[in-house]
Amino acid sequence: MISEEEVRHVANLARLGLTDEEVEKMSGQLGAILDSIDQIGELDLEDVPPTANALNLTNVLRPDEPHAELPSETALSTAPDAAGDLFAVPRID
Amino acid sequence: MAEDSRSELLSLSAYELAKKIEVREVSATEAARTANARVEEVEGDVNSFVTTTPQLALERAGRVDARMKNGGIKLWEGVPIAVKDVLSTKGVRTTCGSNILYNFEPLYDASALLNYGEDMVVVGKANCDEFAMGSSTESSAYGPSRNPWDLDRVPGGSSGGSASAVAAGEGWWALGTDTGGSVRQPAALCGIVGLKPTYGRVSRYGLIAFASSLDQIGPMTRDVRDSALLLQAIAGHDPRDSTSANVEVPDYLAQLEGGVSGLRVGVVTELMGEGVESGTREIVERVVGGLEGAGAEVGEVSLPHSRYGLPAYYIIAPAEVSSNLARFDGVRYGLRVPAAGVHEMYRKTREEGFGDEAKRRIMLGTYALSSGYYDAYYAQAQKVRTKIIEDFRDAFSRYDVLVSPTSPTVAFEIGAKIDDPLAMYLSDICAVPVNLAGIPSISVPGGLFEGLPVGVQFMSDHFTEPMLLRAARAAEQVADFEFTLKP
Repeated sequence: MISEEEVRHVANLARLGLTDEEVEKMSGQLGAILDSIDQIGELDLEDVPPTANALNLTNVLRPDEPHAELPSETALSTAPDAAGDLFAVPRID
Repeated sequence: MAEDSRSELLSLSAYELAKKIEVREVSATEAARTANARVEEVEGDVNSFVTTTPQLALERAGRVDARMKNGGIKLWEGVPIAVKDVLSTKGVRTTCGSNILYNFEPLYDASALLNYGEDMVVVGKANCDEFAMGSSTESSAYGPSRNPWDLDRVPGGSSGGSASAVAAGEGWWALGTDTGGSVRQPAALCGIVGLKPTYGRVSRYGLIAFASSLDQIGPMTRDVRDSALLLQAIAGHDPRDSTSANVEVPDYLAQLEGGVSGLRVGVVTELMGEGVESGTREIVERVVGGLEGAGAEVGEVSLPHSRYGLPAYYIIAPAEVSSNLARFDGVRYGLRVPAAGVHEMYRKTREEGFGDEAKRRIMLGTYALSSGYYDAYYAQAQKVRTKIIEDFRDAFSRYDVLVSPTSPTVAFEIGAKIDDPLAMYLSDICAVPVNLAGIPSISVPGGLFEGLPVGVQFMSDHFTEPMLLRAARAAEQVADFEFTLKP
């Protein structure tokens, strides 16, 4: 079970608006999912190294050469709002 | 075109159609017209697409035909295809099944599509669960797709629209994506072949990311030969995707008909037991028996940590989701809900833009990564991943190919699991260990249970797709199943 207060805290971290009804539903559902996930805690994996990439890729580098990329006018064409060659947003509070 | 020549074309596999286009017995334009007419005919029943693109298909097919006159095309280029709506198509709306991208037209094409050919004959953008998160297409903001075998049932997911399109003949084949079974499970439920290649085999550039360490694009086709051909079309290293594998692409058709004589086939004990319906298990056993009859050496094998696959997956995937979906904030593309300040704009845009399942996973991932929980969840899950990889490594020291059901059940009814996330997640219990280990896996129709298709899943070691496809081809030949258009 995770409390509604915790749900609100996590939603704020994720910049995700939730209605009161969603908060209540989420509290129950996340709790049930976490309960079923908790079984991985029963494994003793103290000395096991973690895997982030199944192919064990390490840093992949490329030559640092300039390429033609999207012109800013094109990149801004999908934006909800733009000003000059910048993305525009409401007041930063 | 006459009705009977249309149905004759529709009865061909993609490979057979490609061969007819190659010798100019059929034009790409005729193929595109046929696909468009079939979409017109059945789309109202199956809802395979978020966006259909009949004009684009005809224009591209016309260009393929013109290019043929001046020198050749790649074998597959004239074959009409359905493309999952998480793959970026330049200038063609790409929604990811989400309201937050309701108006998004990508500025470039995904690399896998460009590998196929710049004139790819796309019949439509296939419906899927929102951001590919789900097992039924019911989390799509554009309504569920329907299983062509029974319109009251789900086609599986997340690539359910791609699967229903292929089963219904809306295009000869399709591209899906598989993060935790999303190509294989819908393929199983719709009676088609679905292949998840080795992680990194196909470039993810232009695939709108769900869980970057697990996502892989894969072919969804009528048979195994089509699967090999479509993999040939899309595979390869891409400097734009740093996780794409710099490994030579073999000829996937060369060994396809080699048979299974002497091939060591291991049936996974843990994936044949509790939770798997008896009819599904019997069909898997029957196909394995057929392979034994064809000369395979069959045994049982254990993957002791496979039961921890699903819980580890439901930490790792949502953790990556919470990061990848942070980019949908109303600033650069898609929906923006106006507000006085930027933080309120983020919250409102994401509240209105995302559906229930996307919100659930963002929350789960954010929680698992938040201060105080990281070690218990994310770090532990990454260690479970190591144990699952070790299990597979042990198994592959004794067996060439592993077998299990793809899905524990046949297609379920629309609405049956949508309010119970845990029940829905169990649909992928046999599929997720594969993604955690990054190995290739294919689902092949094995027969029918209660009139609905059952998929048999084959798994093999990294980059051994030629052998995997050869085993799958043999399985398809011993299975009691033949592709026929539905509905």
